[in-house]
Amino acid sequence: MISLNVNRHNYEVDVDPDMPLLWVIRDVLGLTGTKYGCGVAQCGACTVHLNGEAVRSCVTKVKRAEGQKVITIEGLSEANNHPLQQAWAEIDVPQCGYCHSGQLMSAAVLLRENPHPTDEDIDDAMAGNICRCGTYLRIRKAIHIAAEMQQKGS
Amino acid sequence: MSVPASPKNISRRDFLRSSGLTGAALCLGFYFPASAEAPKIINQAEAEQFGIEMNSWIYIDTSGKVTLVSHRAEMGQGVYQSIPQIIAEELEVNLNDVNIIFAKGNKEKYGNQITGGSSTIRGSYKHLLNLSATAREMLIAAAAAKWDVPASECHAEAGTVIHKSSGRKLHYGELVVDASKLPAPKNVTLKKTSEYKLIRKPLHRQDTALKTNGTAVFGLDKKIPGMLYAMVERNPRFLGKVKSFDDTDTRKIPGVTHVFKVRMGVHNTFREGVAVVANSTWAALQGKKALKVEWDDSGFEHVSTEDLYSRMKTILNTQEGLSFRKKGDPTPIIEQAQKKIDVVYETPYQSHSCLEPLNCVAHYQGDQIEIWGPIQAPDWIQDYVSKDLGLPKEKVIVNMTFLGGGFGRKAFMDYPHEAAVISKEIKGPVQVVWTREDDMTQGPYRPGICYRCEGVVTNGEIDAFKVRFAGQNIGHWQGAPKDKPNGSTTEGFLKAYYDNIQNISFADVPFETPIPPLWWRSVYASTNGFAYESFMDELAIAAGKDPLVFRKQYAKEERCQQLINKLEEVSGWKNRKKGYGVAITECFGTTVGQVVKISRQADGKIKIDQVWAVIDCGWYVNPDTIKAQVEGSIVMALGAATIHEITFDNGMVVQKNFYAYNMPRISDVPPVEVHIMENSADAAGVGEPGLPPFAPALTNAIYDLTGKRIRKLPFSMAAI
Repeated sequence: MISLNVNRHNYEVDVDPDMPLLWVIRDVLGLTGTKYGCGVAQCGACTVHLNGEAVRSCVTKVKRAEGQKVITIEGLSEANNHPLQQAWAEIDVPQCGYCHSGQLMSAAVLLRENPHPTDEDIDDAMAGNICRCGTYLRIRKAIHIAAEMQQKGS
Repeated sequence: MSVPASPKNISRRDFLRSSGLTGAALCLGFYFPASAEAPKIINQAEAEQFGIEMNSWIYIDTSGKVTLVSHRAEMGQGVYQSIPQIIAEELEVNLNDVNIIFAKGNKEKYGNQITGGSSTIRGSYKHLLNLSATAREMLIAAAAAKWDVPASECHAEAGTVIHKSSGRKLHYGELVVDASKLPAPKNVTLKKTSEYKLIRKPLHRQDTALKTNGTAVFGLDKKIPGMLYAMVERNPRFLGKVKSFDDTDTRKIPGVTHVFKVRMGVHNTFREGVAVVANSTWAALQGKKALKVEWDDSGFEHVSTEDLYSRMKTILNTQEGLSFRKKGDPTPIIEQAQKKIDVVYETPYQSHSCLEPLNCVAHYQGDQIEIWGPIQAPDWIQDYVSKDLGLPKEKVIVNMTFLGGGFGRKAFMDYPHEAAVISKEIKGPVQVVWTREDDMTQGPYRPGICYRCEGVVTNGEIDAFKVRFAGQNIGHWQGAPKDKPNGSTTEGFLKAYYDNIQNISFADVPFETPIPPLWWRSVYASTNGFAYESFMDELAIAAGKDPLVFRKQYAKEERCQQLINKLEEVSGWKNRKKGYGVAITECFGTTVGQVVKISRQADGKIKIDQVWAVIDCGWYVNPDTIKAQVEGSIVMALGAATIHEITFDNGMVVQKNFYAYNMPRISDVPPVEVHIMENSADAAGVGEPGLPPFAPALTNAIYDLTGKRIRKLPFSMAAI
């Protein structure tokens, strides 16, 4: 049995300790907001927070998360109201939407660490997240909007 | 109305069951009479009386909520937003009161359901406007009857019928029962464009919330009770078979339940592999890795990219090909010319690589099968699976989830067919998951094509324009006769150019390989556009003319002239300095022109400073959706022109994951400004036409800045 804390809930899961966190979250806990895109940490669709850091859950063995705090897209905010989620909605960032769980989780760490990111900061922080629909221009713009919202809210 | 020859007894319950809708309601839909092309609108009572199954329909319940059963998929292109926007406009309801649910596959009921060819809105908007206006008129008539006033004294707004002079109001929900008993009026008046309150407004998408909090259900997110997971080790060569396999190690993996040989349809051929079924995706993957399979790869060619392109170029030098379109005769002019342009453009094979890898859930239950997945063509799958499994069509239920990208790949039947075969074998529900490697190495692919373009310019005018292309014909894999030309040879090329060039011809030289080809966003226009608009540029330069003015000289049709004028204006073309390129293409009825501006940075690298795009798609719904689709198309085109390609070695694909088939990243993307032409023409495509002009506009800009003509895609921006 492995003890996990996901989105502030405790779980005991009976799985292979080498199983990537991604598949535990999706197949065992049933939290399907975290996506499989490549399995080799290339696309960022599976990004979650492990003790506040953005990690690629497709290459993170579940045993590494044992006893640690995991946040997935479902736990990013109480009511879909993280400044990033609001900004994403304000300018309709997603198209197919598949990559955006990962995009938002990467952006959330950026905004926490750097409340006023420049375009270059955003490009650096978001370089690991692929969007095949090509919504990058709107992602960059939405991060700036969220930064402003965060500033006004604080 | 005409009564069908053999009325079926369809109860109300049957009628609504498949959509989970019940209770009193106004339900209005279409049927297609056998004798007529155009659909007719009928209400539910009529449908029941005559035993007619209605096509796409709207359903207004006693709370006033509206549900549309859509027969097309949402894969990012925005129909989830644009269809409700169309309905809310003519029905006079608030946009938030319109919900959309996705129909199951049923060709008889919904007609062709393929979400492709950028066809969803252009194919259905007039019907949807009519349907919504008809429902509105019935609700107004019901209210007028209740008040005993003429309907002409009443109007509708925000889901309410209002009798202006008395101030009386009734909510739609209070009227649906009465309205449902009225016959549908034959002719309704539709609003003029200038009267629109919702259409043509940049309203927010309704699916954004679902796509930012993890609740949108894509194919891979579909779970059903008792479902197992499967992965398949497929032959890495396209037409290869399984000779034998050893599953000793696979069966040692905890959770693995079944291992067996499977095959799935790929066009008119089959692909073979070994399926591993387990109680988690991870166990299935471990089991697949532990398999030892011996393949039978005899009887077909093991191709390499180098050979393929060398063969294409050879046949372009030796064969005239199958003539597709010809006016005048360019050949003798070219043969006799003292000076001619004779060049070859090369475009690569491309993978769709939707970010959601292929996957599908199937549940075989003996006398029927139900399928769920990210599916662009549910009716095609229903048909295919019905034939292959020997089940009646109505016993093959195909459900569409959200698609994590489609781009044409998810209009193919192989992955749902494979899931159906596996579910039948294990006699239970299963989700088949393709790894990224499976998705990238199995194809089908956008076919690579070589174009030989020959032209003569005399006194600043195009005297001869001759194109031959060598590339795979997708139709050949679907049974099209091989002695007929490829019907897509001119896709992308402006019809207006064709009309104004005196000696012009297009032909394709048949070229076959064992690599299965497939339509890829904007299909042949995605490669033709590069060749033809690069060639137009070369001709313009040979004629000593400004490339944009030169195009305007040939694209004489009025809408083209307006589009080019707009492009000239927004890009500041007349006052430009070096580093500007232009291209204009046509795709699915829509014309898009783009200007790309580049510059060389202090570090020597080329930077794309700006892209201006002007799109003329006629009537349209949501300008922001259109802008988003053009922005995304440009990014996809940038990747295919400068970053990635699929290559083959010894019959197998070289690129296995994003580290080898990389994608544009956020830092690669230039600013894009999109302008939409306003006119009253019929609606045309939006999801794909923004893609084809980007690559040639970029390479034309590179020529303008550096004098270097790029004729082979992809090329490295860093190497310029």
